[in-house]
Amino acid sequence: MSFDIQCIRQDFPILQQQIRGKPLVFLDSGASAQKPRAVIDAMVRCMEERYANVHRGAYFLSEAATEAYEAARGAVARFINAADPREVIFTPNSTAAINLVAHSWGRGVLRPGQAVLISEMEHHANLVPWQMLRDEGRGIELRVARVTDAGELDLEDVAAKLADGKVGLVAITHMSNVLGTVTPAERLVRMAHDAGAKILFDGSQAAVHRRVDMQALGADFYAFTGHKLYGPTGIGVLWARLEHQERMPPFLGGGDMIAMVTIDRTEWAAPPAKFEAGTPPIIEAVGLHAAVDYVSAIGMPAVEAHERRLVDHAMRRLSDIESLGLLGRAQDRGGVFAFSLDNAHPHDLATLLDRAGIAVRAGRHCAEPLHTRFGMEGGTVRASFGLYTTEGEIDYLAEALSKAREFFA
Amino acid sequence: MFDDLRDLYQEVILDHGRKPRNFRRLEDADRSARGDNPMCGDRLELYLKLAPDGSIADAAFQGRGCAISTASASLMTETVKGKSAGQAHALAERFRELAMTGTCPDCGTDLAEEMERLQPLSGVHEFPSRVKCATLAWHTLNAALEGAKEASSE
Repeated sequence: MSFDIQCIRQDFPILQQQIRGKPLVFLDSGASAQKPRAVIDAMVRCMEERYANVHRGAYFLSEAATEAYEAARGAVARFINAADPREVIFTPNSTAAINLVAHSWGRGVLRPGQAVLISEMEHHANLVPWQMLRDEGRGIELRVARVTDAGELDLEDVAAKLADGKVGLVAITHMSNVLGTVTPAERLVRMAHDAGAKILFDGSQAAVHRRVDMQALGADFYAFTGHKLYGPTGIGVLWARLEHQERMPPFLGGGDMIAMVTIDRTEWAAPPAKFEAGTPPIIEAVGLHAAVDYVSAIGMPAVEAHERRLVDHAMRRLSDIESLGLLGRAQDRGGVFAFSLDNAHPHDLATLLDRAGIAVRAGRHCAEPLHTRFGMEGGTVRASFGLYTTEGEIDYLAEALSKAREFFA
Repeated sequence: MFDDLRDLYQEVILDHGRKPRNFRRLEDADRSARGDNPMCGDRLELYLKLAPDGSIADAAFQGRGCAISTASASLMTETVKGKSAGQAHALAERFRELAMTGTCPDCGTDLAEEMERLQPLSGVHEFPSRVKCATLAWHTLNAALEGAKEASSE
């Protein structure tokens, strides 16, 4: 299937509208992506025709809903080439997925004296849960690998921090939500495993932009979220090896995660149900299924190729703008650009761009330490691309930025 | 492309944003407070020097922020000099009203002249995500007058 951008844009109803009298130029997909008609329709159909609670009712609708929910798990497993659908745990989002690992694996499997290694470019979702774990007095240390001035992960520093063999878990982003940097995942897996550590990737950004293959990657945990992948909010994924799931105590207790309950004690359900307490995001799972089908039909290699064109184009156009400071110049990067202008504060800039119909994010993008690292405490403006983003939209952004600079001159 | 934004970014705001007045540390300040907008990273430190009768003899600030928050702090320090604590609180309350609604029903009475000077900031009411930028300095002023050390415009 060829990549027909105009055809793809027609699939997204929200892109057809005008904002403040101008065509919407949505450059905030890194925060949350827009939804194609296929996802919207699938969720509506679920509610109109196939909705009931899952895993309990012995009646047609409940069986149909259960089947749809488990089919979504299968579709996600195929999407990331997991060896077994049971490796896919549905969570509310990436943050919940990482917190699940921090709670269950961090508290149940990590031992006093061990360390967790993260990096300076983590989203707060992959930083705060580990600070919380460290601060509980369990004797677990938190180490932070440096980021180079180019915005790449400092692999020598990673190696140095793994050297004493105390790191039990490496928890690192697969693609920075600020710098766009794609980390060398396969190499990090080898480095972690050679040092006796397990490895978790925060794939919130990467899973949207690249084909991720769990069997090829060989990691231990991989977290991503539905709403950045053109699916609905309220559903995320933790991919976790079954052997790890077996060793992990449950995080939340309740219905659906049990095999047998007496008033005194409970036996846990088998993975992954053990980690899916309570009524799960059923409609959202159906939506996520439609979303992975949608991007799979286009083809992740085509999505990635389109994004590479956009990245090259944006690099050229943004570099042409006088006094625009781009955060991060990694060799391997995705469609996320954080920048500042010399004479305009990010919030003023975002307000101006909004008037031109351009949606960007301003601030520190849940990565405050990274902004501090680069001396950008006041934040940046971030433009992030989706599979519906066009080169024309990037040209329009560049034009608006030049005019904004004149506005504040 | 941005002509309709001249209501928000009036010349006086751009001017105070670029060259904030009273942008310094008051070494002999009687009161100071820090204002934080954790959402966007705007941060300012406000210093007040009080006269024997408790009125504001001098006001100054330092910090970082967008054009709106910097201009607002700058205009505020100019406006509250010489005012009693009660007047400063009243101005803060009216300014909040102005920033949120774009109008100020009480401005026709006392302090009318002061509110007139703050009028250029009334345009923010059309930008809900920016109202906090304009009110941060005033939250901080209230905190400083009440002896608190921190204010948050969350």
